[in-house]
Amino acid sequence: MPQLKYYQALTRAIKEEMTRDESVILLGEDVGASGGIFAQTRGLYKAFGSERVRDTPIAENGFMAAAVGAAMTGLRPIVEIGFEDFLTACMDPLVNQAAKLRYMLGGQVSIPLVVYAFGGGGVNAGPQHSQSLAAWFAHVPGLKVVMPATPADVLGLMKSSIRDNNPVLCLLNKKLIGSSGEVPADEYLIPLGKADIRRSGKDVTVVAFGQMVQSALKAAEQLNGDGIEIEVIDARSVSPLDMPTIRQSVEKTGYLAVVHEAHGPFGMGAEIIASVAETSLAYLKASPRRITPPFAPSPFTPVLEQMYLPSPERIATTIREMLENRA
Amino acid sequence: MTSSNDLPPPETIERLFGAMCEIRTFELVASERYRSGDLPGFIHLSLGQEACAAGACLALQEGDYITSTHRGHGHCLAKGADPRRMMAELFAKAQGYGKGRSGSMHIADVAVGVLGANGIVGQSMGLGIGAALSLQVRRKPNIVVAFFGEGASGAGIAHEAMNMAAIWKLPIIFFCEVNRYAELSPYATHVSLARLSDRASAYGFPGETIDGEDVIAVYAAVIEAARRARAGEGPSLIEAKTFRWHGHYEGDPQVYKTDDEKKNGERFDPIARMKERASSLPGVTTERFIEIEARAEAGIRAAADWAAGLQSPSAATMTEDVYAEGDDAAA
Repeated sequence: MPQLKYYQALTRAIKEEMTRDESVILLGEDVGASGGIFAQTRGLYKAFGSERVRDTPIAENGFMAAAVGAAMTGLRPIVEIGFEDFLTACMDPLVNQAAKLRYMLGGQVSIPLVVYAFGGGGVNAGPQHSQSLAAWFAHVPGLKVVMPATPADVLGLMKSSIRDNNPVLCLLNKKLIGSSGEVPADEYLIPLGKADIRRSGKDVTVVAFGQMVQSALKAAEQLNGDGIEIEVIDARSVSPLDMPTIRQSVEKTGYLAVVHEAHGPFGMGAEIIASVAETSLAYLKASPRRITPPFAPSPFTPVLEQMYLPSPERIATTIREMLENRA
Repeated sequence: MTSSNDLPPPETIERLFGAMCEIRTFELVASERYRSGDLPGFIHLSLGQEACAAGACLALQEGDYITSTHRGHGHCLAKGADPRRMMAELFAKAQGYGKGRSGSMHIADVAVGVLGANGIVGQSMGLGIGAALSLQVRRKPNIVVAFFGEGASGAGIAHEAMNMAAIWKLPIIFFCEVNRYAELSPYATHVSLARLSDRASAYGFPGETIDGEDVIAVYAAVIEAARRARAGEGPSLIEAKTFRWHGHYEGDPQVYKTDDEKKNGERFDPIARMKERASSLPGVTTERFIEIEARAEAGIRAAADWAAGLQSPSAATMTEDVYAEGDDAAA
């Protein structure tokens, strides 16, 4: 299988879908001739022209609303929001318009819109350029949210998102932009709402999101030396969330930890643990744990940010704590 | 004042008058039914502003779109939405445009180009430029009218939308109904300029202030702006001066209105003005206007009576249409 970088998988997904369907357009700041702030749209402007690959002014609220209006009237827009933090500048078109128009209009329209954004920390970008906001959007009926963690998942999930008839947020991770991985050479689609068991294990279920998948896999290596086998589930999709896969794993292991770089309170970990408690409490042999940053903005300071994000060591330590009283 | 050479043909004048009468009755009936407790939630009426909706929408063609506001009944009716299904939505009945789940602020009939009233002030412009972008990319000969008010003119989206429409030369008309009040505060709380249309020059497209109580003037202005948009010359801003008879919402005590406006507000009446002009308009008669008015009133009242007798949506409707099923059908 060919190797692609994370950002190149994004470019390929967009290019394939724009070739396949001429109603797909791309909007965003610097997506055109400049090829994008991370080179993620390089070549698209040349391939499809300025009409379909459209540079916008710095007006997230305006061009997101425009994308929603275009999605109501025959186009399938892809919108780039360079930094996930800037999604907060277009909450109205996403939450009040895109998510609700189909419902409010009694099913008269669908909103085939994809928004991709680069989020997460680890690159010393500071409080306004490091956030992971998936839970905000997963809370809204009408939206779907995915978080690919590998180049292959970027390709497969982006392509499925573009073909989906609903608004989908594809939340990419900027720490992973330059990471490489094997990607199928042929057409590749991953259904939304399906988690991926990245490593099987019998002792503890660890559900991870985005770049935390890599951290959980590294923790798994460390724990392996102690004879602890963790099962690492890459959630991939936040909404819909693949609870059947998670539940099945927890019912096997009896232990559950969730790791994400979004804040803990009211987050994905809280949701997963609550859902497991509702159906499978009797299977749990210890209190489930959330492994997240502290409840504070992300510091720019390299030494502080390193402590801020859950590390493989912290994940491993938490899991050892969970197993301390194991019979 | 429009010269007789510029007047639309008599049948168009009659249609303009008829559209205003339908809106007038619709709003009066909605007001009555709201006060008698038949309509849940809250409603925003466009009484006094009928000439704006009628003049603008009748200047449009099949395939053109409008985006509307929380005060959108008139726009939807004039663009061709079915008053029966509109009333059904107000009465929260299953046959309403939103299956009775959305209410007065979210009426849409996409098949006739009504992309929807909207509860978020200013988003008619954001969604409107999106529809215009879609028309441009799909190479359609059609245009969009985005309705908004002076209140929305102060929202960031107004600037963002007008700026993008100008840069991309989108086929859109920004139609501002200046009805003297935004929510509960007068024009001067919201706008620093005497003429809001002056803002158009900042974007490099034409802006015009018109008498929004003269339905023929509104019609003529939109015909011209639409011609421009269809020719690929880009957006226009039309500011139509009008007056909101009722409050921001039905039941609003309107403490902010002047005594004169409260007592004599109905002197700003585009329908009465047209009736007065009838004898001076070639091919039109007062008798004919009275006939049209009576027919419009009867039709709308029948729509309300029909809607009042319908069933509420079933419990299952509550979770329908949250997500669309399936993927695209592209080959």
